[in-house]
Amino acid sequence: MDDTTLDGNAAGGILREVFPFELTIAEETCAHCGATRTVGELTVYKSAMGTVMRCPTCEQVLMRIVSTRGRYWLDMQGVRVLQIITEL
Amino acid sequence: MERTALLGRLTWQLGEVVATHQETARTKSLTLSVPRWAGHLAGQHVDIRLTAEDGYQAERSYSIASPPEDGQQIVLTIERLDDGEVSPYLADELRVGDKLELRGPIGGYFVWEERLGGPLLLIAGGSGIVPLMAMIRHCRAVGSTIPTRLLVSSRTYEDIIYRDELERLVGTDMTLEVIHTLTRAQPPGWTGYSRRIDAELLRGIAWPVEQHPLAYICGPTPFVETAATDLLPLGYEPTRIKTERFGPTGGS
Repeated sequence: MDDTTLDGNAAGGILREVFPFELTIAEETCAHCGATRTVGELTVYKSAMGTVMRCPTCEQVLMRIVSTRGRYWLDMQGVRVLQIITEL
Repeated sequence: MERTALLGRLTWQLGEVVATHQETARTKSLTLSVPRWAGHLAGQHVDIRLTAEDGYQAERSYSIASPPEDGQQIVLTIERLDDGEVSPYLADELRVGDKLELRGPIGGYFVWEERLGGPLLLIAGGSGIVPLMAMIRHCRAVGSTIPTRLLVSSRTYEDIIYRDELERLVGTDMTLEVIHTLTRAQPPGWTGYSRRIDAELLRGIAWPVEQHPLAYICGPTPFVETAATDLLPLGYEPTRIKTERFGPTGGS
């Protein structure tokens, strides 16, 4: 983890473009190590290439989101389960 | 009461700068009037989008400094990064009457409402104080009696953001304590801490874990890592330590 590392809070905007829920309080289970973490806790890297979310427990990639003209690319191969909170 | 979590589509809207205030040499607060503002919680942020004449766009997230009680006005406090793409424009170029593209509020993890209780331990590195200030101002606005301790790490005395307001609040609000540490230089007669935060410093100011405290830590990534890691041996439950990392802003 270096100085440019962000966390799941920084992915809140793009996640809200895709999902009609506040995703920073969603919980995801890592397909690699099985840890379940709140999205707000995830390790996030942002660049012109998109937003990459990693598991803070095992560092593996959970989710990648790229927004291009007229299209979102969601690579979610690192997420086994995504639990979305629908009642606060 | 249950609240549904289904949200409307997050759209860009225009906010108009209605006031600016230089907080420190490197930070400035912008008060924005946002006619369609849906309200926010203390700790949430907005995304700001700048568009250049050639269509190039840059987006950044900024924490909201004002409490939810301010209605259609929100305050952002911007730290000017010399090599930044967005912050120099916001800090140097924007004038009252200018309009800014923004969307929000965003975030549900790093937020505090009175029903979440306390006591609160707020730990700020540099401009990481911004969302924590929204929580303090919210406490004040709703007359909360939840005990709150704020630890602020700044480079120098002059770099302490909201210094005067914090001093005033501490003088009138018995539930608020503010502890400063200055990491780079200290004025003559300084009685606060004079070093980067560490386990011993936190042990000295953290609420005993028996009081079931709730901790919010915000600042540059290494600062947040240190603070969150050092709270664990004190018995703080990981689920009651909320963190927000800024990336490479420096300023702790």
